[in-house]
Amino acid sequence: MDLKLDHHTKDGIEVVDVEGEIDVYTAPRLRELLIELVNNGHYQLVVNMEKVEFLDSTGLGVLVGGLKRVRAHDGSLDLVCTQERILKIFRITGLTKVFGIHDTVDEAITARKSEK
Amino acid sequence: MSFTPLPVHVRTARLVATAVARRSGVQEALLDEVRLAVGEACSRAVEAHRAHCPAEPVRIELTGADGRFEVVVIDAAARDDDCQGTVPGPGSGNGVPEPGTGLPGGGPPAEGRLDHQEALLPQGLGLAVIAGLADDVKIIRTADGLSIRMSWPSGEYAG
Repeated sequence: MDLKLDHHTKDGIEVVDVEGEIDVYTAPRLRELLIELVNNGHYQLVVNMEKVEFLDSTGLGVLVGGLKRVRAHDGSLDLVCTQERILKIFRITGLTKVFGIHDTVDEAITARKSEK
Repeated sequence: MSFTPLPVHVRTARLVATAVARRSGVQEALLDEVRLAVGEACSRAVEAHRAHCPAEPVRIELTGADGRFEVVVIDAAARDDDCQGTVPGPGSGNGVPEPGTGLPGGGPPAEGRLDHQEALLPQGLGLAVIAGLADDVKIIRTADGLSIRMSWPSGEYAG
């Protein structure tokens, strides 16, 4: 399964839909998309990982890089993920404390709006 | 088996390893861990080879014996003199570096290579993930490079 990327705006927040496998081969494409969004002025991001089948530390690096970029503009990058096998790598690396991880896109947007 | 150090081959390597693990009787609940750990080890080896010895293939051994399924991922990145001294040294427990310690891969990033420093993640993170996943891990520095040996409990051959 390759990586499929899409994005749309919802309630003023850019939602990135990721499907497939994020690894050393595909992660650069996600990184390029996140950079493009930030360069286009989108600083409030939600990355929907509900259809991600595989994530390794390379993918984590891209997500942390995206978080660094949006934070440079006082922005945010939240994640949507309920899959235990994906959440496990966030727990092992301690990144559950770095990212806001939500069950649904709507929940992520609501949480972000309430923090404003 | 061995494969050309290209990122596109890492997926194939981890799928093959997972399939062999399943056939070797590794429990279904552990297969995700095998897949992720092997992927991490192969990704690290590919990055190291691309930086230091792109013509050398990455080696991976898959064996099952005595109730264990064992995977060994072996890189040859230390054959390049530039790599010397950047791999975790002996005498540090099982060789798994603490976050922030060095791994092969110094020098400018190769084309298409992810810049870990840019991402603010320690370069040893992949090994830390492996240590958190595999039931038993041994990381050995050899004259040629790094050998990552991982194993999981397995049952009877299911073939």
